[in-house]
Amino acid sequence: MIRYLLRRLLYAIPILLGVNLLTFCLFFMVNTPDDIARMHLGIKHVNHAAILNWEHSHGYDLPLFYNRHETHWQALTDTLFVHKSLSMFTLHFGLSDDGRDIAREIRQRAGPSLSIALPAFIIGLGTNISLALMLVWMRASLADRVGVIIAVALMSVSGLFYIIGGQFVIAHLWRWVPISGFVPGVDSWRFVLLPIAISVVAGIGNGMRWYRSIFLEEIGKDYVRTARAKGLDESRILFRHVLKNGMIPILTGAVTVLPLLFMGSLLTESFFGIPGLGSYVVDAIQSQDFAVVRAMVFIGSALYLIGLWLTDIAYGWVDPRVRLS
Amino acid sequence: MTRWQPVILWTDGLAWLGIMLMLILLFASRAQMRAGWQRLWQQPLAVISMLILLCYGSIGLVDSLHYRVRLPAINKQAQYSVTVYSVLDALLTPLRTHNETSYAAPLARRAFSATPERGAGGEVIEVRRPLQLGGQTPPHARTKLALRGALYGGITGVGLLLVIVSITRTFAARTTAPGQHVTPDPEPKFLWPKFPWPKFPWPKFPWRSFSLTLLLLSMLIGSTIELAGNFHVFGTNEIGQDVLYDSIKSVRTGLMMGCLATLVTLPLAVGLGLAAGYFGGWVDDLVQYVYTTLNAIPSVLLIAATVLLMQGFIETHPAMFDSTASRSDIRLLFLCVILGMTNWTGLCRILRGETLKLRELDYIQAARAFGVPSWRILWQHLLPNLSHLILISLVMDFSGLVLAEAVLSYIGVGVDPGMHSWGNMINAARLELSREPVIWWPLMAAFIGMFTLVLAANLFADAVREAFDPLAKR
Repeated sequence: MIRYLLRRLLYAIPILLGVNLLTFCLFFMVNTPDDIARMHLGIKHVNHAAILNWEHSHGYDLPLFYNRHETHWQALTDTLFVHKSLSMFTLHFGLSDDGRDIAREIRQRAGPSLSIALPAFIIGLGTNISLALMLVWMRASLADRVGVIIAVALMSVSGLFYIIGGQFVIAHLWRWVPISGFVPGVDSWRFVLLPIAISVVAGIGNGMRWYRSIFLEEIGKDYVRTARAKGLDESRILFRHVLKNGMIPILTGAVTVLPLLFMGSLLTESFFGIPGLGSYVVDAIQSQDFAVVRAMVFIGSALYLIGLWLTDIAYGWVDPRVRLS
Repeated sequence: MTRWQPVILWTDGLAWLGIMLMLILLFASRAQMRAGWQRLWQQPLAVISMLILLCYGSIGLVDSLHYRVRLPAINKQAQYSVTVYSVLDALLTPLRTHNETSYAAPLARRAFSATPERGAGGEVIEVRRPLQLGGQTPPHARTKLALRGALYGGITGVGLLLVIVSITRTFAARTTAPGQHVTPDPEPKFLWPKFPWPKFPWPKFPWRSFSLTLLLLSMLIGSTIELAGNFHVFGTNEIGQDVLYDSIKSVRTGLMMGCLATLVTLPLAVGLGLAAGYFGGWVDDLVQYVYTTLNAIPSVLLIAATVLLMQGFIETHPAMFDSTASRSDIRLLFLCVILGMTNWTGLCRILRGETLKLRELDYIQAARAFGVPSWRILWQHLLPNLSHLILISLVMDFSGLVLAEAVLSYIGVGVDPGMHSWGNMINAARLELSREPVIWWPLMAAFIGMFTLVLAANLFADAVREAFDPLAKR
């Protein structure tokens, strides 16, 4: 068991290396530091000295993979790839373009992100499962059909509309909660209420339909027929047996995305002015801060791989049929 | 010399290529998928959503035929305008040219906000000026126009229906569905001699839903056309442009995202998926490694990063793009390519798994034993048996791509800000909502346009999955 999990964890390393190399290629070879400097300094008034100066002050004045001016070992380590890319494995993300420490910024912003993403995720999971069970309870009836069509309609609305509409009606017209902003600590509940609610509502369509199909698949299985033959009533079958077995794919799926909750939600956070990681990414993209984008790509991929790893564990834990070896 | 010169933008040509590729694939696997099509076209929702998608599709196609207008010649040299128009622009000329000065509410006769004007006695008064389009129309004309348009539309719809019914009857007469006995008409040789014309093998086609939807759609379109000639149906935006025009022009952008990203996805996913599944070994390892790596990167970030780099490239190489149209076109193309590059992993994984299963089946083993070359096994024996999976996955991804456009435009890595797109409309509408009084119509127009398209695509995707997926619940 332990050996299996360790091996799975080791599998993540080449993938993370691949991500690292890919982002390095994108950010340093497709777009050279020269181009980045030019974009930051403005296309018009740029001269060679200014570019060199910018590169030097941001630590970009190194060769990509091989430093000819250094001796043997240093020739490989004193390069952009090691300084800017491989260093992320030791969680050194360097400075953003406005001179702040990215690692510190990320630590500070993870809290606000989680304060929205985690409640939204848990409440959403509960809501979706209950709604899906309701539909399955009424399966093959008109209500089920209407429910599915409503779910498809809810899915078809862009997330932007949920956010803009919810913010406009609830915060702007009715003034129940502040439009945007955030304060640290417990007082933040007024600010996170609406974003959480909107995230939950926006996820209903997709989640409800997905879980409904999982439960429907379970209901067609042999053990359900056996339970019926035993004379169990339908509600007992649904809430005891089908729910329990259906939770296996649902929970393992949830575990996969659990680490990614740290990343927050790009749209919700930037619309509601939450100083989390999602709005950090949006700001970085809008101000073309490549250092931050690179760091976030790395963290996002690492979290995704952790999620996959946790899924493996979860499978072995909830489903005794799965043997990890 | 002609009065206009056709222009083929990159996205135009490639979108056509994408459609062709899909059609070839479907044609190659028509035998395997016949039962699926039959199941598809007996679902009312599939037919209804297909009709709506066809409406969008025809708008997109008409908007993809571009041309330049010839200007008066200088030194006997033919001159063409810098601006590229599409056939849709020509059709919507009244909407395009009737520009107001600023906001106007939907179906309004006067401008939304008052402008200072000198009164009769020389004093300054605030007046809401009558609009260019709608200002001269009598106040009670709206209902009359809408009804008249609906009537015209309805008549056209009935005519269209009659044509379609008579055509399909001729085709249906040539096939005998199982359990049905249709006396075949004498073959009309002069029209279609030996060519294998598509037959109409859908015995349970839901004609009632089809005709009702067709009728309703044509009535709706009719009254919109009639109203749009005299009013700004969805009002105007900040710079006085017609919002309906903006929304209709956005259709092409949305559809392009879907089609072009598919064009990129398809060869990558099919090629790599089949190769990995069929050849196994190091090919499989490599493909799996590549798609796990790509999957690991949060897709929004990857897209954003690549778009930022592309933006930098366009900025530093301005000489490569001669007009604003071609620049925003290239940007759209790049965006689609990037979306496609990040999107192929899902389908590739499915195809790999399915190929692994099919490879062990007897008919493939037999083909191999007979010495059929690999590429032929892949193309003739594997691909047609996988095409239902490809079709399902492509139609399921389509709506997501349309939605992604809006989100990416909001973050600032979407299509060119000057391009007509729902994402840009929503972006602009955010500020308008916080104004007093509220400007709500551009947002509503974008919502209606996008919601209808995505809903139709989703419903159609559901129907396709139900019809083609052997595991789906029936």
